[in-house]
Amino acid sequence: MAQFVKKDDDRDEEAEYSPFLGIEKGAVLQEARVFNDPQLDSRRCSQVITKLLYLLNQGETFTKVEATEVFFAVTKLFQSKDIGLRRMVYLMIKELSPSSDEVIIVTSSLMKDMNSKTDVYRANAIRVLCRITDGTLLTQIERYLKQAIVDKNPVVASAALVSGIHLLQTNPEIVKRWSNEVQEAVQSRAALVQFHALALLHQIRQNDRLAVSKLVTSLTRGTVRSPLAQCLLIRYTSQVIRESSMNNQSGERPFYDFLEGCLRHKAEMVIFEAARAITELNGVTSRELTPAITVLQLFLSSSKPVLRFAAVRTLNKVAMTHPMAVTNCNIDMESLISDQNRSIATLAITTLLKTGNESGVDRLMKQITNFMSDIADEFKIVVVDAIRSLCLKFPLKYRTLMNFLSNILREEGGFEYKKAIVDSIVILIRDIPDAKESGLLHLCEFIEDCEFTYLSTQILHFLGVEGPKTSDPSKYIRYIYNRVILENATVRASAVSTLAKFGAMVDSLKPRIFVLLRRCLYDNDDEVRDRATLYLNTLGGDGSVIETDKDVKEFLFGSLDIPLVNLETSLKNYEPTEEPFDISSVPKEVKSQPLAEKKAAGKKSTALGAPPASLTSASSAPVELTEAETEYAVNVVKHIFDRHVVFQYNCTNTIPEQLLENVVVVVDASEAEEFAELATKPLKALPYDTPGQTFVAFEKPEGVPAVGRFSNVLKFIVKEVDPSTGEAEDDGVEDEYQLEDSEIVAADYMLKVRVSNFRNAWESLGPDFERVDEYGLGPRESLSEAVNAVINLLGMQPCEGTEVVAANSRSHACLLSGVYIGNVKVLVRLSFGVDSAKEVAMKLAVRSEDESVSDAIHEIVAN
Amino acid sequence: MESCPSVKNILLLDSEGGRIAVKYYSDDWATNNAKEAFEKSIFTKTQKTNARTEAEIAMLENNIVVYKFVQDLHFFVTGGDDENELILSTVLQGFFDAVGLLLRGNVDKKEALENLDLILLCLDEIIDGGIILETDASVIAGKVASHSVDSGAPLSEQTISQALATAREHLTRSLLSG
Repeated sequence: MAQFVKKDDDRDEEAEYSPFLGIEKGAVLQEARVFNDPQLDSRRCSQVITKLLYLLNQGETFTKVEATEVFFAVTKLFQSKDIGLRRMVYLMIKELSPSSDEVIIVTSSLMKDMNSKTDVYRANAIRVLCRITDGTLLTQIERYLKQAIVDKNPVVASAALVSGIHLLQTNPEIVKRWSNEVQEAVQSRAALVQFHALALLHQIRQNDRLAVSKLVTSLTRGTVRSPLAQCLLIRYTSQVIRESSMNNQSGERPFYDFLEGCLRHKAEMVIFEAARAITELNGVTSRELTPAITVLQLFLSSSKPVLRFAAVRTLNKVAMTHPMAVTNCNIDMESLISDQNRSIATLAITTLLKTGNESGVDRLMKQITNFMSDIADEFKIVVVDAIRSLCLKFPLKYRTLMNFLSNILREEGGFEYKKAIVDSIVILIRDIPDAKESGLLHLCEFIEDCEFTYLSTQILHFLGVEGPKTSDPSKYIRYIYNRVILENATVRASAVSTLAKFGAMVDSLKPRIFVLLRRCLYDNDDEVRDRATLYLNTLGGDGSVIETDKDVKEFLFGSLDIPLVNLETSLKNYEPTEEPFDISSVPKEVKSQPLAEKKAAGKKSTALGAPPASLTSASSAPVELTEAETEYAVNVVKHIFDRHVVFQYNCTNTIPEQLLENVVVVVDASEAEEFAELATKPLKALPYDTPGQTFVAFEKPEGVPAVGRFSNVLKFIVKEVDPSTGEAEDDGVEDEYQLEDSEIVAADYMLKVRVSNFRNAWESLGPDFERVDEYGLGPRESLSEAVNAVINLLGMQPCEGTEVVAANSRSHACLLSGVYIGNVKVLVRLSFGVDSAKEVAMKLAVRSEDESVSDAIHEIVAN
Repeated sequence: MESCPSVKNILLLDSEGGRIAVKYYSDDWATNNAKEAFEKSIFTKTQKTNARTEAEIAMLENNIVVYKFVQDLHFFVTGGDDENELILSTVLQGFFDAVGLLLRGNVDKKEALENLDLILLCLDEIIDGGIILETDASVIAGKVASHSVDSGAPLSEQTISQALATAREHLTRSLLSG
């Protein structure tokens, strides 16, 4: 008990003096019953409303019922004549934002207040009513609102105008009818009425360029009283300037004089608005800029942080496009480096970095060094980026700037900051050749004590690429090998790769690298050991120092040109056998499967219990089995596996009055002797216009490119659907629908696989299993059509863009590659010739790893 | 930039970053959690700065925030990042001075909470749905005060049960400390 009291006690210490101590929603809602008392205690009621508002302000929410209850109770308070209470009631109603059927309850009370003699009631009732009203109610009160806009009390007029600005979003056609009154209000002597009227008038007319231009023209000549209205006018003026073209005769920009005049306004906000508007003019000239820069420069030495910030932020932007215009401010800017407000200091520094000249760099860097230690990381990143651009601008100064970067790299900092520095150094090394050696050493020193694995691996990779090309690569080895001893497995593995790259590129270092790599063979991490073994083998680490051949270099430095997704799928499907995994069998095309198909694949695997084995091979493009615009549209996708073939029938029901159930395709495989039907997966229901899939699977001899013809019949139970309700009748009728035949042809067993260098691949396959023959293709439409027909027939991947036939050419050579069933690599050279009668002749040369496959390709064409 | 100057929120926080009165006019912070997160980050970011003599300014989440502190009260006004900083600062100054007038110079958390109704009305008179209604402190305070002259008694009178609870706590504390 004592403990409990004590705990409570601690909390009270802070909140002791709060009048809302221990406040609780339930209790306050109970208290709200005083609103219903016949004798209203207005002070008490005000207090309860304040409590309710306090709860809402603290993030408490009322349920729908609670809110409705409070709302109805609050409406009772309109009886009271107490002005203060009435104001709290207005606030409460706005907070509760009642629903439209509740609004009706207060409408009459609020309309009464709108016409009250008390100005405060009028102004506030307008604001509340417009906040909670909808279109229908608005037409009822429109008359009063128009009156209110020109009310002689400025508070009432402003209330109506501001409400108009809000209502324009929801009921533009109504508000647009008020433009005469609004126009009159623009001439008001009351400063803020003019501001609100101008804002509303512009919004009403914003799509009418001529009207906006007229408005601006008349107002820039007249007098605008409030600084806020003047700021608005400057914004509208810049818009007009943007949309009108420069006056070509005199080269004068229209309204520029007005903007420049505003620079001498007595209100700072107007001066600044005008200066900013001038700096943002399209294609601003330095003559136009000068007066604006001058006033901004004065602001830089203001005692007010807000002014200094506004000025330096604007100048910073100007420095991006007109660095020369800002140089006059450099002295003021330099004194801002020590500004208490770090945002101002950072903006000043980055501006200086953009405008500074080459000779000033050293001095500037000295100032920044003091400054860097006491700002937050987010500012430091901005500075680092600015220094990088400066260094690229003045490459001769790389030594100072690179030193600066390496110094801050050694100091404390978060990941994003360190990454920004490392990225900058890397960019400088790439772009400034002189900076390379010192930059790489800075990076080496950094990874000696780097807590971020990601940065370490990035730097190691970069070292592997750039390090061997330097004058003395051996000095980096120590840093890299230290990583192998001291770091986590990810960094160690990456260091091993880097070592291997040095070994591959620098023959003199090879023996030493081998020693180091061999030590890595005893690492306790698999990946590190595997990499070490791999590199030792590829680099010939068996003791003999040989020239690193081209393949190895390509392997080490080349990039992986296979989409990772494809590689992953292929690896998953690879079953451990005698045969090694062949990376060239991975398709290089990025397959974008249609969504429906993907879903189907997912469904299929769950339905069959287990995913079918070795989903390696090709899936054909959909083949239509129905004519276009028939009752049911069906196409088939053939999925070819080593021992199986799966037909995926995509069906669409185009009759709104029908629901198909138990949809199956009955396949007659009598003309496909080697195929035996294995399983069928019916489609439960096929409603109108929602595609569905049904599957039929066949078994076939493993590794044999069996071919055959299949006749298909769609069978289903059809049910009538009432089009008005969408409900199907209970009883259905069995029916069937004849589809076209489908075929498995030899090309279906071909996987499109690209080779990067056809000539090399061709030579390396050798002429052992080369088969050459000539064919007459008969008269064809064009040479191009004949080439495409043969490519489609073989189902192979055209290489080196040879599928494109030049217009009007009489002959064409085409190169194709692919992998045939059984994982046999196949290359094809086609030579076409066409005569005047459009008779096409073709010479087909096939090379593959298997004699029978070469023959099979010829058979495909021959048939 | 052709748009009317607009204010995204006005915040009055205490010296711990807790809410006294806040008003949001923008959809940038849809939930109470988002609002509290914003308040927390702006409070932490500005906490150590000296914004007592002149209003200070900071950028946060692509917003401009101008702020000023007095006693244990922290005043903030937020606008979009292309807003005229000086307009925001004028709004802040109007709010700050109006609260000073309404609390008759005793500007601290205790007074603010005891006169929360005045603070809420004050916010209501400065901004309407993001649009600036009035920035002159004396006009704002005049509008707020004129209605509450006769009912301006602060919320110091608590319900009987609350008073009893407070008394009981004071008693237990004196017993425990003794």
